[in-house]
Amino acid sequence: GTLYLTATHLIFVESSSNNSTSILHHHIASVEKLSLTTTGCPLVIQCRNFRVVHFVIQRERDCHDVYSSLLRLRQPVSYEELYAFSYNPKQNDQQREEGWQLIDLGAEFERMGVPCDQWQLTDVNRDYKVCETYPRDLYVPITASKPIIVGSSKFRSKGRFPVLTYFYQEKKAAVCRCSQPLSGFSARCLEDESMLQAISKANHNSRFVYVMDTRPKLNALANRAAGKGYENEDNYSNIRFQFVGIENIHVMRTSLQKLLEVTGTRSLSMSDYLVGLESSGWLRHIKAIVDAAIFLTKAVTGEGASVLVHCSDGWDRTAQVCSLGSLLMDPYYRTIKGFMVLIEKDWISFGHKFADRCDQLDGDPKEVSPIFTQFLECVWQLTEQFPQSFEFSEWFLLQIHEHVHSCQYGNFLGNNQRQREELQLRDRTHSLWAFLMSEKQNYLNPFYSPAFSELHPVLEPSTLPYHFKFWRNMYHQFDRSMHPRQSILKTILTLRENSRNGESMLQALENVSALTELQQLGVTPVATSEPPAPPPTRDQRSNDGQEEVGEEAIEGTDTERTVEGSSATESRKQRYGELEGTYNSELAKEEPAVVSLEFGVARMTC
Amino acid sequence: MEFAELIKTPRVDGVVLHRPFMPTVEGTLCLTGHHLILSSRQDNTEELWLLHSNIDSIEKRFVGSLGSIIVKCKDLRVIQLDIPGMEECLNIASSIEALSTLDSVSLMYPFFYRPMFEVIEDGWNSFLPEDAFKDLESMTDEWRLSEVNKDFSVCPSYPALVAVPKDVNDDTLRKVATFRHSGRFPILSYYHKKNGMVMMRAGQPLTGTNGRRCKEDEKLINATLRPGKRGYIIDTRTINVAQQAKARGGGFESEANYPQWRRIHKAIERANILQESLIKLVEACNDQSHSMDRWLSKLEASNWQTHVKEILTTACLAAQCIDREGASVLVHGTDGTDSTLQVTSLAQIILDPACRTIRGFQSLVEREWLQAGHPFQQRCAQSAYSNSKPRQEAPVFLLFLDCVWQILRQFPCSFEFSESLLVLLFEHAYASQFGTFLGNSAAERTKLSLPEKTVSLWSWVNRPQELERLTNPLYEANSLVIWPSVAPQSLLLWEGVFLRWNRSSKCLDEAYEEMVHIIEYNKELQNKVNSLRRQLAQELQKER
Repeated sequence: GTLYLTATHLIFVESSSNNSTSILHHHIASVEKLSLTTTGCPLVIQCRNFRVVHFVIQRERDCHDVYSSLLRLRQPVSYEELYAFSYNPKQNDQQREEGWQLIDLGAEFERMGVPCDQWQLTDVNRDYKVCETYPRDLYVPITASKPIIVGSSKFRSKGRFPVLTYFYQEKKAAVCRCSQPLSGFSARCLEDESMLQAISKANHNSRFVYVMDTRPKLNALANRAAGKGYENEDNYSNIRFQFVGIENIHVMRTSLQKLLEVTGTRSLSMSDYLVGLESSGWLRHIKAIVDAAIFLTKAVTGEGASVLVHCSDGWDRTAQVCSLGSLLMDPYYRTIKGFMVLIEKDWISFGHKFADRCDQLDGDPKEVSPIFTQFLECVWQLTEQFPQSFEFSEWFLLQIHEHVHSCQYGNFLGNNQRQREELQLRDRTHSLWAFLMSEKQNYLNPFYSPAFSELHPVLEPSTLPYHFKFWRNMYHQFDRSMHPRQSILKTILTLRENSRNGESMLQALENVSALTELQQLGVTPVATSEPPAPPPTRDQRSNDGQEEVGEEAIEGTDTERTVEGSSATESRKQRYGELEGTYNSELAKEEPAVVSLEFGVARMTC
Repeated sequence: MEFAELIKTPRVDGVVLHRPFMPTVEGTLCLTGHHLILSSRQDNTEELWLLHSNIDSIEKRFVGSLGSIIVKCKDLRVIQLDIPGMEECLNIASSIEALSTLDSVSLMYPFFYRPMFEVIEDGWNSFLPEDAFKDLESMTDEWRLSEVNKDFSVCPSYPALVAVPKDVNDDTLRKVATFRHSGRFPILSYYHKKNGMVMMRAGQPLTGTNGRRCKEDEKLINATLRPGKRGYIIDTRTINVAQQAKARGGGFESEANYPQWRRIHKAIERANILQESLIKLVEACNDQSHSMDRWLSKLEASNWQTHVKEILTTACLAAQCIDREGASVLVHGTDGTDSTLQVTSLAQIILDPACRTIRGFQSLVEREWLQAGHPFQQRCAQSAYSNSKPRQEAPVFLLFLDCVWQILRQFPCSFEFSESLLVLLFEHAYASQFGTFLGNSAAERTKLSLPEKTVSLWSWVNRPQELERLTNPLYEANSLVIWPSVAPQSLLLWEGVFLRWNRSSKCLDEAYEEMVHIIEYNKELQNKVNSLRRQLAQELQKER
C-alpha cells in the first residue's frame, strides 16, 4: 500500500482493497526504525491508544525521511500546532459555543446542594491569585474567612488549599481535596488548622474529619525532608489521619511500560503472561485506587464523616480517589452526562496536568504518566461488577481515552484552567463533550437500569483480587484477533435498535389497518392493540425520536457480524505495508480532505 | 450392608448452616442413606439437600461443646454446619465420612433414585452408535460399523460398535488391537463433510524399544488417506514423554513405517499433573487475602490456564489440519482416553456446527467421552478438596468443559446452549442421581445394567422446562468453522465454576435476565409486526 503523511495524520492506504488506516500524529507515542531487512526498512510505531503498527519501507532513505518527519510531527512545540486548533467539524460559532456550555460546573454544585448553610462559593481565586492551578470558582466552608484561606494556601504545596469537590447531601458530609502541607518536620500553620476545623464544623454528623493521604507512608515521610509532608494529628484537632498507599506517577509509568512489554510479546505463554501481569504491578495499582475510593465512600456514606483527600500536589492520586469515590456514591456520575461532569470537575477544572501527563507537547518524559488511563480502567473494573449501574458502555470509556490523547478537541489541552483561558480554547477549538453527546447512542449500555441505581445508590464493590481483570479491550484495542468474534454488547444494541424500529413499525401498521378497517366497515376504529408493554426495567427514553418506518427497517436489520475470525486485513500488529515511493512532500502540507475520526472502538468488535 | 449401620445419629436439632453470600439457616439436620438434609421446618426457607457422593472432604472444629463440620463439596462449594453437642457432631462427621466414600458402585444413589418427573424420551436410547452411523452413511460409504468388539473382548474400553474403514476386515482389527495400547485400535471420531477428511483416535502404538511394527496398523490408517495425500498424526505428548513411553512398551509411529504421515507432538499434561493443578487453582480461588500479587502468582503456579491454552491449541491444530490443510488426522496420547478425547471433541466443536446445539453437544459427550471410554468413575472419584492421595483422579473432563466455555465466551451467539449446561455436566460428572456418568466404559455400564436400573441424565435434560433453562438466548445458527483465539489475553478464568461460591452473582444474574428480557421483547415485537403485516396484505387483497 501507500503511506501518506499529512499535517495531522499518517495515512496508509492498502493498494489491493483501498482500505485505509489513519493515525493522528498526536497518538504516536514512539517511532522506531529497526535494522534493514531484505524486504526493506521496518518502521514500528507505537500509539498512545495502544495500537502498534509495523511498516516496511523499501528504500532506506524514504524510511529515514518518514522516520524523522514523524519524530518532528509527533511532538509539537507549541499548543498552536495541536490538531484541535485546525480541526473543523463544520460547525458554526453558535454550535461551538453551545458545545462548550454543555457542562456547567456551577449547576453541578447546585445539584449537590451547594451553596448551602455550611458551604459557600468564594471569589478568592477569581484572578487565579491564590492558586493558579485551581479553577476560579471554589467552594469552602462558610466559616473559612479569606485570611484563613490565604494562610492555608501558603502552607500547602502549589497553594492548593482544601476545597470542596463533592457534597454528600444525605449526610451533609463533604469530600474535600488539597495538596500536602508544607509541614516539614515540625512546621505548623494556624490558618490551615482552622481551615480543617472549619471543614469539620461544617458537618454536624461527625465530630472529626478524615484526612486521607493517598501516598504510601514512606513517600510522605521522605517529603518531610523537603519541607513538605503530612498533617500531624497533634496539631489538628478532630482529624483522623490515614495513609492509603497509592504509588506515584513514576511507578505507574514504569508499571504500564512493563505491562505493555509483556502483552506485546509474540507467542506469549500463559505463564509468562501471568508472571508479567503480576510483576508489572498494574492490577495491584488499580486495586489500590479502588480500595482508596471505597475507604472514602464508606467514611462519607457510612459514617457520615467529611474527608479531606490529598497526595503530594493533589492533582493525580487525589483526582483519582475523589472522582472514583464520587462515582461510587452518586448514581448521577454513572450516567453519560454525569460522567462528563465528573471528569470536567475533578480532572479538568482542578488541574490534572493533562498536557504533561499525556505528553501533548515536547516536554519532560518524566512527567508523563497514565494516571487518567488508570481512572478509566478503575471505572471499567466497576462496570464489570455492576453491569446494570452504568448508563454508558466500555466504548464510551475507550472513546474518551482516545480523545484525551488525540488533541482533537480543546477539553484536555493544557495543564489547568488558567492556561486554557490564555489559549482561548473555547473560541478556537471544539468541545469533546458535545461530540460525544451527539453520538450518545453509540455509547449506551443496554443493560443499564435506573431502577437498579435507585435501589443501590452507593456501590459496594468487592476488591478481592480476582475481581480485577486485564482490560483487553483497552490495551489490545486494535488486536482484533484477540477479541471475542461475536460481541454480546453489539448484538444486544442491535436488538434494541430493532425493537425501536419494530415499535414504530407496529404503530404505523396499526394506523394503516385502522384506516382500512374504517374504510371497510364504516365504523369508528376501536382502540388498536397496543404494542407489547416494554419490560418494566427498560429505559423509556429509548422510544423517542424514531422516524424510520419502512419495510427494510425490519427486514434488513440482521445483526452484522463477521464470524470466522482471522481477518487477514486487520491484524494490526502484523500489518506490513510497502511504501511505493509515492511519499509526497507536498502532501505533507495539505489538510486531508476528509478527516477520518478515529473510532477504534467500532472496528474493534464485530 | 444396610445404610442404617453407617448412620450413627440420623437427626440433630438446632443445627446452623453457614453458606457464603446467603443468610444462615437454623434447622434440623437429617442423614439418610444418600443425602444430608437440613430443613428449617418453616415455609419459604430453602432446604439443603446434599448428596453424600458430592462431599469431597470434611473438617471438624470444636469450640467448647459446639462442634462445627466444614463440608467441602466436589462442585467446589464449602459450607459449614454448627452442631450443638460434641457427640452428635462426631457421630454426624463419621457418618458423613463413611457414606461419602462408599466403595461399591451398586450402592450409589442412581440405583435408588426414582424419577419424580415424566420421562418423555429415555436418554439411554437417545444417542446410539447405530444412529450416529446412519448420519455418517448419508455422507459417505467409505466406512462401516464393525461388531468386532461385540463382547468387549478386543478392546474393553471401546463400545460394542465402532466405525472403521470399509476395506479393513475384523481380523485385521483384532491384529491392530494387539499393537495399540489397551487394544484401542484407530477408529473414526469425526467425518468432515465439507472435504471428506476424517479424524481418528487410538491408543499409542506398542512399538517398544526395538521399534516393533504392525503392517495391519499401517494398512488401517493408510486406508483413510486419499491417493497422494498426507495425513497428520497428533501425539498429545511431548517427544520426550513419547520416547520415554517406549521403555514401557509404548511409543509412537516412526517416519520410516508411516511415510505418509507427519507426526506432531504437543504437550498436554498427564492426569496426575492436572489433578494437582486443579487443587492449586481451587486453593488460590479460596484464598481470601486481599493481595493482588499473591493471587496472580498462585493462579500462575496452578498452571490451570496453561493447560487450557495447550488443550485448545492442540484442538485448533487438529481442526486446522482437517479444514485448512485438507488432511486426515489421527490423534493419540498414551491410553487414548484422556487428552486424546479432549482434542477430538474440541476439534469437533470448532468444526461442526451440529456440536454447538444442545442435542449435538449431548451427543458429542456421549460419543467422544462416554462411549469412547473416558474412565469417569476413576477420574471423578474425588475433586479439589480431597485429603486422600489421588489415585486415578483427574479433571480431564472439567478441562474440556472449561475449553468449551472459552470458545463459548468468544462466540457467544454460536452456541445453542448456555454456560449452565457446562456447569450442569461438571456437577453430574462428579456426583449425580443419574446413572450416565457411572462406570468407566461402555462395557462396565452394560455389566452394571445401568440402562435398566438407573435413569439417564439426558432423560432429565431433554424436557422442555430444563431445555429452556439451558438455552442460550443469543443463539443464531452459525454454519461456519469457529476459530477461537488462544492468546493468553483471550483466555479467562472460568468464574462460573471456580468463583461460583466465592462471589455474589446477584448483579450479573440480574443483568443476564435483563438481556433475556430485551431479546424476548424484540422477538415478540417482530412477530406482532409480521402478523399484522400479513393481515394487512390479506385485507388489501380482499379489497381488490
